[in-house]
Amino acid sequence: MLRISCPHCGERDYTEFRYGGDASKVRPAHDSTDVRAWIDHVFLFDNPKGPHREYWQHVLGCRQWLVLERDTATNTVGRSWLARESAGEAGHG
Amino acid sequence: MSGPSNAPRFKRTRHSVISRYSALALVRRALTGDRWQRAWRAADPKPSYDVIVIGGGGHGLATAYYLARNHGIHNVAVLERGYLGSGNVGRNTTLVRSNYLMDGNTQFFEHSLKLWEGLSHELNYNIMLSQRGQIVLAHGPSQLDVLARKGNIMRLNGIDAELLDRADVMRMLPFLDYSPSSRFPIYGGVLQRRAGTVRHDAVAWGYARAADRLGVDIIEQCEVTGFVRDGERITGVETTRGRISAGKTAISVAGHSSQVAALAGLRLPVESHLLQAFVSEPIKPFLDHVVSFGAELFYISQSDKGGLVFGGHIDGFNSYTQRGQFPKVQTVAECAVALIPSISRLRLLRHWAGIQDMTPDGSPFIGRTPLTNLYLNGGWCYQGFKATPAAGWCLAHTIAHDAEHPLNRHLALDRFEQSNGFDEYGLGLWTYKQ
Repeated sequence: MLRISCPHCGERDYTEFRYGGDASKVRPAHDSTDVRAWIDHVFLFDNPKGPHREYWQHVLGCRQWLVLERDTATNTVGRSWLARESAGEAGHG
Repeated sequence: MSGPSNAPRFKRTRHSVISRYSALALVRRALTGDRWQRAWRAADPKPSYDVIVIGGGGHGLATAYYLARNHGIHNVAVLERGYLGSGNVGRNTTLVRSNYLMDGNTQFFEHSLKLWEGLSHELNYNIMLSQRGQIVLAHGPSQLDVLARKGNIMRLNGIDAELLDRADVMRMLPFLDYSPSSRFPIYGGVLQRRAGTVRHDAVAWGYARAADRLGVDIIEQCEVTGFVRDGERITGVETTRGRISAGKTAISVAGHSSQVAALAGLRLPVESHLLQAFVSEPIKPFLDHVVSFGAELFYISQSDKGGLVFGGHIDGFNSYTQRGQFPKVQTVAECAVALIPSISRLRLLRHWAGIQDMTPDGSPFIGRTPLTNLYLNGGWCYQGFKATPAAGWCLAHTIAHDAEHPLNRHLALDRFEQSNGFDEYGLGLWTYKQ
């Protein structure tokens, strides 16, 4: 069972969470008219076999979005933090 | 649909030392004690090929076979990182069917089913096609309307489909839960009699043997580590067994599509997820059809050995582990018991996971890529097995002509930027992540 550490609620089964996708992507600026950049952002993924930074929402707990480090080749989890803590940084998608 | 006839026309090449399988050959070996030859040669890579197919799964082997059989391109190598058929071709629930709704898919999957129907004969290899029929159940009147629409679309395309009412389903599947307290009451269903199951390992072995007989080199334990480029043109591959030049190169690696495409500098609209499959302990013949639950994604059939073979939805987050998570085992078991209460005490014998390359619209890619002479077959989500013959057939056509066949024109890699997403399920994009 994949277990995820929620900064508010502690370590829980992954079934309490909803997966939210790659958290390392950089969203184009809202006023960007670069269609290529938007296509890349919405549709294309690195989809790495190895370290991955991803969003999860603790839907059956505090309902906060968090960022989790996980190795997709082994499911080993690393650090996790609230998504809002990295809001505004490059990579907050 | 134009295409070559299904008549087998095996060309004996100078490589081929493998005799045809027949009842006579069986008797002769029984009497003489002659050993069976290997089914395909253990080929060493040559310095150069006309076409290299990366991936020795069902799709890759079918591609090589149809390149030789339909297009006369025999100087072909299939490169497999592990052993042949070690990926998704042996990790599915072996179902074949052609009950698709959207124009494009309807014809593609029917073409695939027609190829399945002739495949044992064509390959001279028993793939054990069992057209036992698939019943998709409806648990409400509106769902039955949807199935009737799908059945009508199939029939308009010349595909068999029969609408079943509750009494029909009760007669054919007497062991389902018809009780008044049933959580998902059964209103009826739609039956495709030509749907069924195939012995999946035999698909890999049969295509490998038939391709080998046509001169294709099947090279196992050979991992592609890079592409050789001349500007925007791919001219070969770097492998763990050295550099191999190729006129054209095709990627057909299912769950690892992103990794291999990344070696060529391409990013794909793909995220890799796990789908589990399950086999129960064997029991006496019980389930004569393939049955699909209408209230959840759940499908079940019985193998020739007696085990119930079933599966559900993907685990819900991206992973390459090929090991499923337990909560999905529970969900699938709950579906099984909700549908067929009498199997509640059966023990699970095995379960495993395959890596599914999930795409935004749930449809795959077969076609050209932004790089010249590089082709992609991938993004099959969880419907790749039934597509094996048609995917190989279409990819071979696309490689041979450097142009898509009408059957795979809707599966272009750039369809999202063209706003041509192909959403068979009518759910919108990326729904499996929600």
